[in-house]
Amino acid sequence: MSSITYLEAIRLAQEKALADDPRVFLYGQDVGNFGGAFKASKNLAKEFPGRVFDAPLSEDAIIGMAVGAAIEGMRPIVEMQFADFSTCGFNQIVNHAATLYYRTGVPCPIVVRLPSGGTSGGGPFHSQSMEALYAHYPGLVVMTPATVEDAYSMLLEAVALDDPVIFCEHKFLYYHLKAEELPETALPVGKARLARAGRDATIVTHGAMLHEAIAAANELATDGYELEIVDLRTVKPLDMDIVLASVARTGRLLCVSEEWPWGGVAAEVIARVTSEGFGLLDVAPQRLNAKDTPVPYHPDLWSVHRPTASAIAEASRRLLNI
Amino acid sequence: MPTPKEEPPVTSAEFIKAYRVMLLARVLEEKLASLYRGGMIKGGVFLGRGQEALSVSVAQPLRKGDIFAPLIRDQAGRMAFGDTVLDTLRTYLGSQLGPMKGRDGNIHRGRPREGYYAMISHLGAMVPAVAGALLARRLKGETGIVGATCLGDGATSTGAFHEGLNAAAVEKLPLVLVVANNQYAYSTPNSRQFVCRDLIDKAIGYGVAAHKVDATDLEQCLLTLRKAVRAAREGGGPQFVVGDLLRLVGHGEHDDAHYVDPALKSAPIGRDCLLLAEEQIIAKAWATRTETAAWRQEAEGEVNSTVDKVRREPGPNPEDDDWMAYSKSEFAEHYAGA
Repeated sequence: MSSITYLEAIRLAQEKALADDPRVFLYGQDVGNFGGAFKASKNLAKEFPGRVFDAPLSEDAIIGMAVGAAIEGMRPIVEMQFADFSTCGFNQIVNHAATLYYRTGVPCPIVVRLPSGGTSGGGPFHSQSMEALYAHYPGLVVMTPATVEDAYSMLLEAVALDDPVIFCEHKFLYYHLKAEELPETALPVGKARLARAGRDATIVTHGAMLHEAIAAANELATDGYELEIVDLRTVKPLDMDIVLASVARTGRLLCVSEEWPWGGVAAEVIARVTSEGFGLLDVAPQRLNAKDTPVPYHPDLWSVHRPTASAIAEASRRLLNI
Repeated sequence: MPTPKEEPPVTSAEFIKAYRVMLLARVLEEKLASLYRGGMIKGGVFLGRGQEALSVSVAQPLRKGDIFAPLIRDQAGRMAFGDTVLDTLRTYLGSQLGPMKGRDGNIHRGRPREGYYAMISHLGAMVPAVAGALLARRLKGETGIVGATCLGDGATSTGAFHEGLNAAAVEKLPLVLVVANNQYAYSTPNSRQFVCRDLIDKAIGYGVAAHKVDATDLEQCLLTLRKAVRAAREGGGPQFVVGDLLRLVGHGEHDDAHYVDPALKSAPIGRDCLLLAEEQIIAKAWATRTETAAWRQEAEGEVNSTVDKVRREPGPNPEDDDWMAYSKSEFAEHYAGA
């Protein structure tokens, strides 16, 4: 098998979900014959006639219709084209899909795909990371796959779940992250993964930042420092066991997240480590987020707006008092 | 498109069936208002007085297997679709035994598995939900299904209304969308809500069938909705129904509705649909005053005995609630100290 990109893994997962489960259908803007703005549903409309179709430019209706279809026993996968536009469907996500099970006892098995995060030139409205926003609401599972393997297996798990899933697939990883083959098995939903073993400090991260963190760790390794890296995989539920176990080993914590700092995933992880594992910390935990401005358009501004490998390396050095 | 048919007249049985549901809803709501004033209700009370004729007419032509997503003033429609005095009172009085188990209240109740959807407060949101449900039924190969939902004039200004109706029209779904234009969205009059000549004109923009009705007149409501539901069932796509009426109560029981224009109250639109329906029954000699009085007495008996029963039922126990927003318990987050 030739190399499979992160994007192709998402397409293949959707193809498998459609093939395996007659309850699955795809709905969203341009997902039909066109195959999606990023081609995540390329050829699927032809392969599965009547089950992959275009929606009007109506995010509220797309999510609302998915909720209704889920109540009737279907397993809709809806695409928001860009995560940023999911705010137009926000009400249906947080007030309808997320509350349904608690209110009525009827689960709401929808998957909302959010092409997320920044790419060069994306600008303020095609770059956002929305995972913390959705994780704030009870009732939603929020997935943030960082690898090709996870993009595939977690999307299949998302479809199988009875609860609504916000699937934050990272656009920066779409084309240049590749794998030779797709996994047959996967970690359970809600389990984080130790992406790199180390002893000197723990970096907790997710999504595209995993790869920046790995690059930073490789840089510090040349100086003899070993950073341990936790890839959260899902930010809700949050796997605190692996985080606390790692902090117990290293005593130092840096949380790296592409989203904005205020109330973000990094802030939540630090809050939980501080309240649940204060005694494990040798120094104050730190975080590194995007700058607290809209995501800038120009590549030169964007490249320093989000955390980069060099910024993570620098923050790690400060944490290690190097 | 199906060929247009002459709508057969409303029969006495059809009319009386609807009237008795309206009467039961009215009696129940009168009791809810009195329980509210007595401090017995958990949360607010939002009544449908004056809207019973339109509301009951939406649900009466629906069948088992259809979908109904009512709004706040649809006590009559809810009961015509199978909701009960017992479930209503259990929800308002906060009984643990009700369908919402104290987790949601008053008009936010439903039994989604039975096609009776539980509205969220965000107006218009149920339009795409019903559209999606109908889409699902189509994907499952089911035919002859109808989904109906109700809105007020205010909800026609929401994005969800627009997006939902447009998407339903694109998919040609069997959606019956009924707007009760009760002249006020809380306190906001029609003049501050829209400037089109009439709300019914919105149907042109969405390319859907339009039905206008005097919603104080039960017979007209039954005819119009029967026709609209049939058209949807037979493949005519979304049906947009606008009924003109006046809300004869406040927005909720906390609201004295002092802002309602007195001229509207004395105009034909301000007539009480329940009294008009009773007059029609008498005029057509479908029943005597003695019989209608007995029907009211029967409704009062059911409501009062159910209140007595539900008031003795336990409320939700915070220690028994599993506090789970997920269907899988392993997804519960554990926060230190919480």
